[in-house]
Amino acid sequence: MLRRPFFWIIALVIAVFALAPAIGNDVQMRESLLLAAVYITLASNLNLMLGYAGYVNFGSIVFFGLGGYICVYFVSAQNWPLAAGMLAAGIAVSALAFLFGLGVLRLRGAFFALSTIGINEAVQAFVSNFEPWGGSSGIYLSAEVFQPLGGPGQALWIIYFLIVGVMGLSLFLSYAIKTSKVGLGLLAIGQNEDAAAILGVPTPFYKALAYSASAFLPAIAGGLYFFKSAFIQPSDAFDLSLSTEAMVITMLGGQGTVTGVALGAYLYEELRGFLLTSEAFSHFQLVIAGVLLLITVLFFPSGLMGWIYSRFPRTQRVLE
Amino acid sequence: MTALLEVDEVSKSFGGVQAVRELSFAVQGGEILGLIGPNGAGKSTLFNLINGVFTPELGRIRFRGIDITGKPPYRIARHGLSRTHQIVQPLTSMTVLENCTVGACFGRENLPLARAREVAREAAVVVGLEDRLRMPASQLTIAGKKRLELARALSAQPLLLLLDEVLAGLNPTEIEHMITVIRRIREGGMAIVIIEHLMQAIMTLSDRIIVLNSGEKLAEGLPSVVARDPRVIEAYLGDPALAAELHEASPA
Repeated sequence: MLRRPFFWIIALVIAVFALAPAIGNDVQMRESLLLAAVYITLASNLNLMLGYAGYVNFGSIVFFGLGGYICVYFVSAQNWPLAAGMLAAGIAVSALAFLFGLGVLRLRGAFFALSTIGINEAVQAFVSNFEPWGGSSGIYLSAEVFQPLGGPGQALWIIYFLIVGVMGLSLFLSYAIKTSKVGLGLLAIGQNEDAAAILGVPTPFYKALAYSASAFLPAIAGGLYFFKSAFIQPSDAFDLSLSTEAMVITMLGGQGTVTGVALGAYLYEELRGFLLTSEAFSHFQLVIAGVLLLITVLFFPSGLMGWIYSRFPRTQRVLE
Repeated sequence: MTALLEVDEVSKSFGGVQAVRELSFAVQGGEILGLIGPNGAGKSTLFNLINGVFTPELGRIRFRGIDITGKPPYRIARHGLSRTHQIVQPLTSMTVLENCTVGACFGRENLPLARAREVAREAAVVVGLEDRLRMPASQLTIAGKKRLELARALSAQPLLLLLDEVLAGLNPTEIEHMITVIRRIREGGMAIVIIEHLMQAIMTLSDRIIVLNSGEKLAEGLPSVVARDPRVIEAYLGDPALAAELHEASPA
């Protein structure tokens, strides 16, 4: 793996993300890159299901939201350190996803897609009525939780570096799975699930594995994100529009590719930032996202990366 | 010695249609068993029962002495049983090599990726696809896709190969090539069950023939004996062309 150029490309991206805002102590750039890193994390992990196994997961945000709740709860109510809280979030959500996956992934196509929305809505309804997690009013963190990290100012930087780390792990995970036997099995499932099973791919296990793997890092990212906000409530944690944005990014960048999805997420975040701050387009970003998705699906079905591959065939050998 | 595959009193119906009725037969190691019968006789259903796509309502299926009745297809593939499809099922946007690598990775040997690629390449050579390894499966001709089906099944290094009409839709040259390939595979010791409508081909390839009609076994035996069986000829009379072909193909 260390000899492959793509490994070093990912390492370089992580280094740029970590160093660019740190060098000039540029807080504005940090906040923008933090969102980009969250988008890259969400889209890359969604890509494991959507791009590799060919399963449309509309409700992938449930991993992010549930991870956020678990982490924030343990840090606030149980006084756990942040590291323990975020690991607990990742492991618990991933294990739940595996169990759910074994059942729900019997459904295919539109039925699976609908069930993922159902899962997100059901979890949101549960959390809204779950008193230990503050019900519909959510959980607030006091400023004291930032003390172990050296106060709020330093804590924001530490959280930023952790999120960049989670983003980097997401990229490595996508890459490692794609070049592995499991990845080959998942791609076969994405092409023709029945044929894959007849060729010997253990389809239920592999699908549940992909679903579970795609939950782990988004759950940790959710934990970090809502810890940083010091506040979490159901409508923010389980916001389906963020799920939709992750889908748009994956399609836009090129589903099934690691580079395309990461590039798509970065470009989308930049565009979103521009639209939100511009006077004419404020609150218009979802409309633009919809139009972008339509254009992509109609004219560039293999996304940005598909276009780059066909234009510069040599890139196929380096960029996964 | 127990048979490689034992099908014991197996039945399967779809709604009111009895597709396979109390069917029993066995396949010995290293033999080629031909499966013929009119359209709708239950031949493809039988394949789907053997490799786990359908579960029989009654009866048991044993492979190498192990009961595989009702096991999912991916488990059965691991036991060393591979098949091709009548309607080709390529993994379209993957290359020929990748298609075969899937077969090798998840087949009987459960190979790691690098080793699987070597086995896949060898299988592609056997069927004559070695010059199209990097081509996406969707770009192959129909003859190429048929060969790919076979190469992918071979990549799994099975003990028993189920071939569902691998000759259908091929021109005479391609048929000849495919028959040579099947002979070569058999020389390697692999047992084969073959469904085929081309009488000439199946009569010369098979060691034994089973004739199905309306899901039941009508006749079983050497090709020369089966082709002269009056019940078989009668079953084929509904299809005069096939009946004539059957008559023509029967070795004198």
